[in-house]
Amino acid sequence: MPLLDFQDVSFINDGKTILKNLSFVVEAGDYISIIGPSGSGKSTLLRLCSHLISPTGGNIFYKGVNMNKYVPTELRKSIAYCSQLPYLFGNNVKENLDFPFSVRKMPFNEGRVKELFSLFNIPFTFLNADVQNLSGGEKQRISLVRTLLFLPEVLLLDEVTSALDAENTRMVLNAIFTLNRNGITILWITHNPEQSKKYANKILTLEAGEMKSLEVLK
Amino acid sequence: MTGSVTIDSTSLLIASSLVLVSLYLSYSQKLGIEKETVVSVVRAVVQLVIVGYILEYIFGLESPLFTTLLLLFMAFNAAYNASKRGKGIKKILRISFCAITTGTVLTLSVLVFSGTIAYEPYQIIPVSGMIISNSMVALGVCYKQMISDFKNRREEVETKLSLGADILPSSIGIIRDAIKTGMIPTIDSAKTLGIVSIPGMMTGLILAGISPMEAIKYQIMVTFMLLSTTSISSYVACYLSYRNFFNSRKQLIIFK
Repeated sequence: MPLLDFQDVSFINDGKTILKNLSFVVEAGDYISIIGPSGSGKSTLLRLCSHLISPTGGNIFYKGVNMNKYVPTELRKSIAYCSQLPYLFGNNVKENLDFPFSVRKMPFNEGRVKELFSLFNIPFTFLNADVQNLSGGEKQRISLVRTLLFLPEVLLLDEVTSALDAENTRMVLNAIFTLNRNGITILWITHNPEQSKKYANKILTLEAGEMKSLEVLK
Repeated sequence: MTGSVTIDSTSLLIASSLVLVSLYLSYSQKLGIEKETVVSVVRAVVQLVIVGYILEYIFGLESPLFTTLLLLFMAFNAAYNASKRGKGIKKILRISFCAITTGTVLTLSVLVFSGTIAYEPYQIIPVSGMIISNSMVALGVCYKQMISDFKNRREEVETKLSLGADILPSSIGIIRDAIKTGMIPTIDSAKTLGIVSIPGMMTGLILAGISPMEAIKYQIMVTFMLLSTTSISSYVACYLSYRNFFNSRKQLIIFK
């Protein structure tokens, strides 16, 4: 049974068709790079996967069950989404990292935070940093840490390396690949063709809201 | 303090010439609000005359049931007006009525049971009028703030939703800001009482011949009750309405 099954999915917003009749499956353990020009519907596709919006046509099945049958909050804990423009709320980094724990009514786990900080090369002193003083790249990495505090089954990444320098990009790519090898399914929007081919086993190409191809690489 | 002030109809007619100043300024500055000004003045006069007659009649009735019905009518009208600011929010009229009624009932209960005022029409109706109209203004401000915040802070809400949070923790910042915004005018006006403004009620009492020291006691009571009622009404309205910014799948809906 596929992990995610898109059956004739369309999304229309304000009379404008964003996605049209998309049908494809995502198998458990897949690493799919999603490519396509701006405005082709890539981010909308990930928002549909994370159930922040629902299709206006067709159905999405997760583990064989229509997404609409799941409790939305539980579904979003299984399918984590990291957006292109990371939004850090509150005053400091700790508030952001405490949020996923408080959602699960669990105490803040400093050990887990330290582990992820070291994975993404973030000094631990950043924990109390003011979010307003962080650079775009730092925000992106903190946002990734916040998403990964609890490992999901599916990880949706929307150009999460767009504000990172070459070294940090490499580090994030390696970290995400390691997660994939440990069984986490990845759907990654990227504009970098080299990046898309290096780790992914499939490449999904969108154009003007339609699926142009789903290429299997490995 | 001695005698009270009475106004005869001729004096009132002369005073009405002040409206001409406003009309002249609007005309000379091409503000285009002459018609609106005339309509508002006519409405104010007609409404107040009607209210005057109604109040005289009700004060004469001394019926607690009738007084209560009138309060409910006032609350409904206020809710209807406040709900216009929350256009697009589902069940907004019901929510507004519930919020205004809760704020009014709780505040009036404290005032009546503490013996500050009696449940007599001539006391309850004017006091409730102040309470209800302040709640109405506070609710209008709250709704406006919530609608704008849910639009402008969409990323924040959706980030929290995508981290698995329910709609309340995802909206709590917006709810708190809206309650605060609804209460700020009342807090600000309380801060400047006596320094910037001599409030209407106190002015009225002084004009009616009550000593200023006696009038301030009433004004202090009014300040307390307005703070209480705006906070209760804003709290109830915001906590009842935030859910309507989401659909059944806990997805944020944006109002146009």
